[in-house]
Amino acid sequence: MHELLEHYNYWIVVILMMMGLYIVIASSNLVKKLIGLSVFQVSVFILYITFGKVTEGSPPIITDNTDVYSNPLPHVLILTAIVVGVATTSVGLALIVRIQEAYGSIDEDEIHDMDDKDDFHIEKQV
Amino acid sequence: MDLMMHLPVLIVVVPLLAGALIVLLNHRKGAWLITLLTSIFLVYASVQLIQMVGQVDVISYTLGGWKAPLGIELRIDALSALMVLILAASALLVSIYALKSVEKEIPEQNHVLFYTALLLVIAGLIGISITADAFNIFVFLEISSLSTYALISMGRDRRALHASYHYLIMGTIGATFILIGIGFMYVMTGTLNIEDLAQRLPAVADTNAIRAAFAFITIGVGIKAAMMPLHQWLPNAYAYSPSVVSTFLAATATKVAVYVLIRFVLSLYGIEFSLVQMPFDNLLMILGTIGILGGSVYAIYQSNVKRMLAYSSVAQIGYILLAIGLASQPGFTAALLHMFNHALIKGTLFMALGLVFFRFASTELSVMSGMGKTMPLTMAAFTIGGLSLIGVPGTAGFVSKWYLVIALLDASLWPLALLVLVASILTLIYIGRVIEVAYFRPVPEGRTRQKVPLTMMVALWIFALSNIYFGLDTEISQGMASLAVNQLIGVTP
Amino acid sequence: MIENLQLLIDVSLLAFLVLIVFASIKMTDLFVVTMLFGIFSFVSALLFLDLDAVDVAFTEAAVGAGFTTVLMLSALRLTQPYENVKHRHSVLALFIVILTGAALFYGIADFPDMGDPNAPVHQHVAPEYIQLTQQKIDIPNVVTAVLASFRGYDTFGETVVIFSAGVAVLLLLGMGQVKCKQEPEENLVLWVVVKPMIALILIFGLYVQFHGDFGAGGGFQAGVIFASGFILYSLVFGEMYARRVVPAAILPRLAALGVLIYGVTGLMSLLSNKPFLDYNALSSDPVSGQHLGILLVEAGVGLAVFSTILLIYYSFSGREVKHHA
Repeated sequence: MHELLEHYNYWIVVILMMMGLYIVIASSNLVKKLIGLSVFQVSVFILYITFGKVTEGSPPIITDNTDVYSNPLPHVLILTAIVVGVATTSVGLALIVRIQEAYGSIDEDEIHDMDDKDDFHIEKQV
Repeated sequence: MDLMMHLPVLIVVVPLLAGALIVLLNHRKGAWLITLLTSIFLVYASVQLIQMVGQVDVISYTLGGWKAPLGIELRIDALSALMVLILAASALLVSIYALKSVEKEIPEQNHVLFYTALLLVIAGLIGISITADAFNIFVFLEISSLSTYALISMGRDRRALHASYHYLIMGTIGATFILIGIGFMYVMTGTLNIEDLAQRLPAVADTNAIRAAFAFITIGVGIKAAMMPLHQWLPNAYAYSPSVVSTFLAATATKVAVYVLIRFVLSLYGIEFSLVQMPFDNLLMILGTIGILGGSVYAIYQSNVKRMLAYSSVAQIGYILLAIGLASQPGFTAALLHMFNHALIKGTLFMALGLVFFRFASTELSVMSGMGKTMPLTMAAFTIGGLSLIGVPGTAGFVSKWYLVIALLDASLWPLALLVLVASILTLIYIGRVIEVAYFRPVPEGRTRQKVPLTMMVALWIFALSNIYFGLDTEISQGMASLAVNQLIGVTP
Repeated sequence: MIENLQLLIDVSLLAFLVLIVFASIKMTDLFVVTMLFGIFSFVSALLFLDLDAVDVAFTEAAVGAGFTTVLMLSALRLTQPYENVKHRHSVLALFIVILTGAALFYGIADFPDMGDPNAPVHQHVAPEYIQLTQQKIDIPNVVTAVLASFRGYDTFGETVVIFSAGVAVLLLLGMGQVKCKQEPEENLVLWVVVKPMIALILIFGLYVQFHGDFGAGGGFQAGVIFASGFILYSLVFGEMYARRVVPAAILPRLAALGVLIYGVTGLMSLLSNKPFLDYNALSSDPVSGQHLGILLVEAGVGLAVFSTILLIYYSFSGREVKHHA
């Protein structure tokens, strides 16, 4: 049982990544795509944190109780990655708001059709 | 304090803090001035760094005083120095150009933040080019990307918004793939420093994880480099962004992505693993060739000249990838040379188009009718850039094409060498379309020759003339490229 | 015993995550999907906690479940809350995803077992970090030590990332205005409960900022939490009053100041001809130097993050719903 569970985390993480990526590519709604992207990113974070874990370890805050700590480096990397993720999501949402105002829609296919019909003289509403 | 010693970190920190300073001061003209001064400093620094690299081979800078792999290390070898030069020079010329171009194309209330974003992109790209830590590459990649999304979206056409969003999605997927790759490598080796990884990798090279890591990183970087078929974000992003932005991006952004590819493939994985064990050399050649042909053919069919040039950029990246795929010294030299020369070519072409947009608020082919007479200086510069793109002898473009053909013949790949010549003819066709409309079509009613801003013209002509200069005197460009290649191939295990 | 409990929680949480994402694929009401994402983020935070990543859990909860959800809801207010079901590109997506998934499964096949203390990741740099933190930096939270000192350059980059997001959102949406006529809707329960909550949140934010060396926490978490206090205030008492307390115009400058604090702290060591961000040069005693350096840069981070998060929120909440002509 324990052997099976050793890689369980990794398997689930891969499934989550796949689902997140699926949402990004399959959805035509811009907001949902962005949510899928976030799910994809968080799954990668879980991957990193999983391989930072040490069995019978404790959080990497030095106390007198223990000598075994989980690995601090993945934590540091993922802290940075989370910030990068929220930054990207914010910019993405801001773009979506502007797109809604300019196109009247946040559906990729509808926007694509409108782009094709656009003359070069259309100015977006600022 | 020895300024020279700290140049490696200053070329990143100065533009970053300058960007923050601009926001603090919130002054329009001041923002431009700070940008200009920062660019001047960057050019000065890049020249100094090139000289230093010429003497010591590699400059290493230990951030925080903690030796790698505990801390983050900056490493500047000839390749990095070359990248910094391209970035700094492009930044300077674009800064000069921007004074009037930004005034015309961007709403006044956004000027200050525009220059901030521009400085952040510059700093991000430089940061990528000089770091020796794999995760650090990811961080600076996102710094430059985020600001790029904002800058692209400032184009006047609403399609700029959609193009930016599309780039955001694809770019973030690419960055996340790179993150996955770095993670896999870290799991198997326990380090993030490129040199350290290069030493530890051979022991674990024969594992699934490392092979998968390689795949994820190359695909992630491929998206950023607009390697076909992952190039779809580029044409619209370049076509609809403001002139300053498309000029700077076309000259630099994809090249930095290719730099990352080279760094991972050669410095980290080593030529033995990447191009012999994994069939990456063939893959690069195939994708490069598809890029060359696809990009050039698509370019011919565009009526928006900016979009035409964007597809042309996809083709040019194809040349560079093909050259890398040859996995030979002449091949790598040709690739690096073209990275340098192409910046000059596209810089010229996009700046010329920016001047067209300045006057006519459009870059459609039809608008350029008779422009040989109404904007003679602009068209002349465009023509020089165009000839360089085609690869006419005497221009920088010819030099890189020449080296590429020699490299192909050296590998006995006659059909591909022929293909490169065919592609030049395709280039001739789409550039020819523009020249034909400009010089051989009548001037529309009522149009006369008008003045355009001096600053924009000066920047444009510096780019244009450098095409000729580096076409005739290749000592600097070819010298640096050769030095870089020797370091890259000599360094790998 | 504890190990088995940890494992059980780990297994359950992961399964739960899969269910949540699966549900969000199926849902077309974007409001529901946003809330599902908030739950996803929160459960991930719990998972991080179970995997000993306390700082990460903290940040994910504050940033993901907290701020991102609020932002998405603000965005939905300005756009449309429903997905058009007709447009799904399932076949292509499935193909790409299966390909990627295959590569991923292939890659993880020879991963070391989870938690194995002999895995390469735990050999090389990790024990050195733990040891050196005790010797050279002398603070309990190793993550803060690595973040702010060993890999301080990355964190500087991270601060710039959040700053550039603020710049980008400002360029796209501007600061927004508030029609000053709008009085908030009176809601007695909310008003009574929220006021002390906000006070607690702000104090907690300050606590997290200054105790990041000793426990979980640091500049990022503190900045987000502190901003959340003001966002809560804005949500309950109205945009107008919030903007009187913290005017929108100072926020970009505060964010820039945060970045400058970080950068200038790093540059200080250049005066002693030591590398950028070498805190040993900040004081006669290297350990005190480290403490000072970490304090300053975390302050810079906290300031930058607080200002940027609040300013992004203002940009969204202050935007009028525009109807496409």
